[in-house]
Amino acid sequence: MINAYLENTLAYDPKLCNGCAMCVVVCPHAVFEMDGRLARLVRPQACMECGACQVNCVTNAIAVESGVGCASAMIRAALTGKKEASCDCS
Amino acid sequence: MIDIGSIKSRPETIPTTSRLSRSDRWDHFMARIGVRRSEHRIEPGLYALGKPGPDSPVFVTSNYTLSFDALRSFLSGIDGYILVLDTRGINVWCAAGKGTFSTNEIVLRVMITRLGEVVRHRRLILPQLGAPGVAAHEVKKRTGFWVEYGPVRASDLTEYLKDHQATAEMRQVRFTLRDRLVLIPVDVIRLLLPMVAVAVVLYFAGGLALSLAVIAAVLAGTALFPILLPWLPTHNFSTKGFILGGLVALPFSLSAFLAHPGWMWWQHAGQALGLLLAMPAVTAFIALNFTGSTTFTSRSGVKREMYRYIPAMAWTFGTGILLTVFFALVH
Repeated sequence: MINAYLENTLAYDPKLCNGCAMCVVVCPHAVFEMDGRLARLVRPQACMECGACQVNCVTNAIAVESGVGCASAMIRAALTGKKEASCDCS
Repeated sequence: MIDIGSIKSRPETIPTTSRLSRSDRWDHFMARIGVRRSEHRIEPGLYALGKPGPDSPVFVTSNYTLSFDALRSFLSGIDGYILVLDTRGINVWCAAGKGTFSTNEIVLRVMITRLGEVVRHRRLILPQLGAPGVAAHEVKKRTGFWVEYGPVRASDLTEYLKDHQATAEMRQVRFTLRDRLVLIPVDVIRLLLPMVAVAVVLYFAGGLALSLAVIAAVLAGTALFPILLPWLPTHNFSTKGFILGGLVALPFSLSAFLAHPGWMWWQHAGQALGLLLAMPAVTAFIALNFTGSTTFTSRSGVKREMYRYIPAMAWTFGTGILLTVFFALVH
């Protein structure tokens, strides 16, 4: 495993895209670009699974298992037996 | 009958300015060094910046003082409203991830502050990093307000407000050296007490070199790692940490050969190997924990790293400690 961050859970179905471009607007890593009237997945590896695109996609064309990419939060969740990790940072 | 006199009164706004006072800066300093981390908050509600009117823009932010103060200080010269959500003193991005900077909270806060009676337009400007917690179309449906995602950084707001268009550059998060530097004090201070405690114990048990080795391994993880992050080879945080920890451990490992003139060669070698195994494990573990402070690591990636490298950290750390202690004792 040379790079643990090459794959992620982001999935996009262009058939459902209505061209609103919201995903392009909200993504902090320029993962999507508009290609004519449709959004196109241009940099899938840059996705950090924040979930902004999925939440703001009216047609549910985007799915991603979002959550905090934080080791200490996940370790704490594992130690306390919680299912979902949540950070305690501010 | 319920007295509706009070409900019929004018909606209240809290006056604020774009000037940061000395006590604001003190508060920021305390937040940066991690003192009372959850207490850097302001009252949620509707703030009036300058002399806003019914057509003035409405900006939404969290009730973490660093977020609110960044926003208002960069809005210098602009009259507007700031709708402060109750995110329990957490910054916008993290609160959006936790679900406190959320659709529900916006709907609730718009209702409580009666924003619709204060402004004529129906537009809210949100920081882009609030998007993971907010469904713009839901807010529209439930409050009548359009959500407009502004730039990532408040410093780009004046530029953005010219035509309400954010450039691609404004839409991308960065993780500059400065961004990484400001994170160091919190982590150093958080680990200061345990680090000093272990160092003191080791000083009496094994001498100055061992005591300094602990301090070096921890500081390498908390301070050097964030600074050197982009230049350390490999992609994974754990391997970056192992490499940095190995470099830091090297002089300690070599000095083990000089420290005890009376020892046999295999005792020196054992102690050197012990340090070379234990120290990088500590640095790598702290480095892996830095993933949560970055602006780009995905959950699935961090999870893969954890499964792959935490066992390696545990084994090298355990073996290293055993070797170091064993060869110190057989003497």
